[in-house]
Amino acid sequence: MYAFEIDRPTTLADAIKALGAEDAQALGGGQTLIPSLKQRLASPARLVCLSGVAEIKGIRTADDGALCIGGGTTHADVAAGAGAYPALAALAANIGDPAVRNRGTIGGSLANNDPSACYPAAVLASGATVVTNTRQIAADDFFDGMFATALEEGEIITEVRFPVPEAASYQKFEQPASRFALVGVFVAKYATGVRVAVTGASEGGVFRWSEAEAALTSSFTPEALDGLVLSGDGMIADLHGSGAYRAHLVDVMTRRAVAAAG
Amino acid sequence: MPEVTMTVNGKHVKGQIEGRTLLVDFIRENLGLTGTHVGCDTSQCGACVVHVDGKAVKACTMFAAEAEGAEVRTIESMAEPDGTLHPIQAAFREHHGLQCGFCTPGMVMSAAALLAENPTPTEAEIRDYLEGNICRCTGYHNIVKAILAASGQDVSRIAAE
Repeated sequence: MYAFEIDRPTTLADAIKALGAEDAQALGGGQTLIPSLKQRLASPARLVCLSGVAEIKGIRTADDGALCIGGGTTHADVAAGAGAYPALAALAANIGDPAVRNRGTIGGSLANNDPSACYPAAVLASGATVVTNTRQIAADDFFDGMFATALEEGEIITEVRFPVPEAASYQKFEQPASRFALVGVFVAKYATGVRVAVTGASEGGVFRWSEAEAALTSSFTPEALDGLVLSGDGMIADLHGSGAYRAHLVDVMTRRAVAAAG
Repeated sequence: MPEVTMTVNGKHVKGQIEGRTLLVDFIRENLGLTGTHVGCDTSQCGACVVHVDGKAVKACTMFAAEAEGAEVRTIESMAEPDGTLHPIQAAFREHHGLQCGFCTPGMVMSAAALLAENPTPTEAEIRDYLEGNICRCTGYHNIVKAILAASGQDVSRIAAE
């Protein structure tokens, strides 16, 4: 790890100010960034720890019923406190392992946008709103390809607002060594229609499977997907699975998610 | 060089650190508490698990500066000052929950965190909770058995495995 200065602000205002320094980077729970620093894949001059900023932690219900989760809330706290959105709580409870869940945060996961991370699927399938210190970003505008997002330099995710669906489920096919999603599918059924978001599969990162959404909006049953073919083109191909294999898994995990959501 | 202060095993400690000093390095190098082990250094193996404000974390994947003001507990705090083992440690010994012992500090600290959350876990819950603790000797059965025993539950049904 290269040397860097470290700041530990206790207010959002101080964190924003610290991030204004040259070559500064935010540190959420560090469960991805610290290993990246060790591998010298990242080498900021200054790290700004967000774990001491209490005002971006916690879970609340907004007046419109949306479940709002502070960007600095750990996976363990979401697993324990997001009972109003059971599929989201279940997703958080199955990220990494218990020690990782005690440090890793929803904001950190979204800002990193790992193509195999779980939270991006929940945010996209829920049509959630990502709130930062400067603006609100719709999920459909937030994710911008593998490890890329709409976030600007120095922008901090302060909250994520999830409209709570009528029914939902996240199904993850784990890569057995890393336990990241080889493919994960989040299905959410709203009065306005069904949304299906897929992580782990595409070279473009998390994406919506629009054909499946249309079919499931007509009939919310696994059989509604019969006849749909998802191409393996553009899917991640590595030693764990070919693009065609991942495309097949997307279909299987979507069916399982629909069946589990009921 | 910044200074960090925290409470480790009930004692108020402080030290000079670099920004990049990991919590596990602060514990081992600055405080000389070498019971916490570094196995993989990539947050996979769990040999470095300690409790920070009551929660199990991997001390190799947290900076010492992030533990400013925190209450940290390591394996050294488990036994009584007279050497009497903590019930979890005693169960590990009784049920042969270790061979080389390298993973054991992390296993015991994870087990303690589990039992604090869930005093009578099922075998499946124990195995699930230990997902981030890797042991290359035992094959886990005796570790699971030790934790079941430490929680006061019957272990005879998994004795044959």
